[in-house]
Amino acid sequence: MRLAQIAAELDLQPRSAQASLERAVTGGHVGDLLSAVMAQAKPGQVWVTVQVHPNIVAVAVLLGLAGIIVAANGEPEAGTLARAEAEGVPILCTGLGAFEVAGRLYELGVR
Amino acid sequence: MTPPAIVERAVGVGLHVIAITDHNAAGNAAAVRRAAAGSGLAVLVGMEVETREGVHVLCLFDEMGPLEELQQEVWAHLPTAPNDPALFGEQLLLDERGEMAGSCDRLLLTATGLNLAAVEAQCAAGGGLTIPSHVDRRAYGLLEVLGFLPADLAAPALEVSGRLTEQEARERYPGIAGRPLVWGSDAHCLADIGKCQTLFEIGAASVAELRWAFAGTDGRACRGRAA
Repeated sequence: MRLAQIAAELDLQPRSAQASLERAVTGGHVGDLLSAVMAQAKPGQVWVTVQVHPNIVAVAVLLGLAGIIVAANGEPEAGTLARAEAEGVPILCTGLGAFEVAGRLYELGVR
Repeated sequence: MTPPAIVERAVGVGLHVIAITDHNAAGNAAAVRRAAAGSGLAVLVGMEVETREGVHVLCLFDEMGPLEELQQEVWAHLPTAPNDPALFGEQLLLDERGEMAGSCDRLLLTATGLNLAAVEAQCAAGGGLTIPSHVDRRAYGLLEVLGFLPADLAAPALEVSGRLTEQEARERYPGIAGRPLVWGSDAHCLADIGKCQTLFEIGAASVAELRWAFAGTDGRACRGRAA
């Protein structure tokens, strides 16, 4: 599944790197403790978090994640969006909580 | 942990300088400083702010004025939930004799809405010093919560929990490179005061002297964890 299709299905707001929304998503990961995400998330996964600090972009680049979904009405910091744009990391925002985002992704077949 | 008891214990275990850094709260710092008057113990005033990211940061000041300004920022960005003493304990304000002076009704243990950069900026504007606390702990520790040091971190030093020696900390987190490390007791009860200590060569207990120690300026030095 492509990130763009997920964005449409879940009504997510793309906030950066929209040219990269055609990336394939191979799975998902939910977490807010970045050290744990770095240890557990896998390349190609979409990452659901409430963290909005610029470090989330570095984590996504480091791991080769497909993109970041910022849940629960989180507002990415300006520095986060700038870095995401520069690095080509799609950030998508939603008012849905992380639990609901994960459930909806699972329903869509992201496993 | 009344102000006189904190001072007595700190003097008793041989400490020369302590910092009072309640979680998101500054209301007891001045009382401890007053309680220490004449004891030879120096008291830096401060606060341990919990940032929006869920990171604990020590903010240290020489004077109460800028600390009180930081407190106003924290009040403006802290959820307004009331404390439940049955669940979280009393949040007492004590005077320098250890007598009840009041209590804080707002729940202090939550995260503020201030991000790490904003807390550092507010602290710097008041002439204060930031030191992220227990950076190696998964609960609220900078290196665990945010994975690695943010590129724009202003803090001149990092505090490591008592679980790690300097060598262990630098091996586990190579990203901290040469940044100075300090150890504090993070004492939440009298018995823990002095449990971890850091040795400084400084001319006085002030934020400026600590900055010089971290920078190695003019003979000042941070010598790391005291044995």
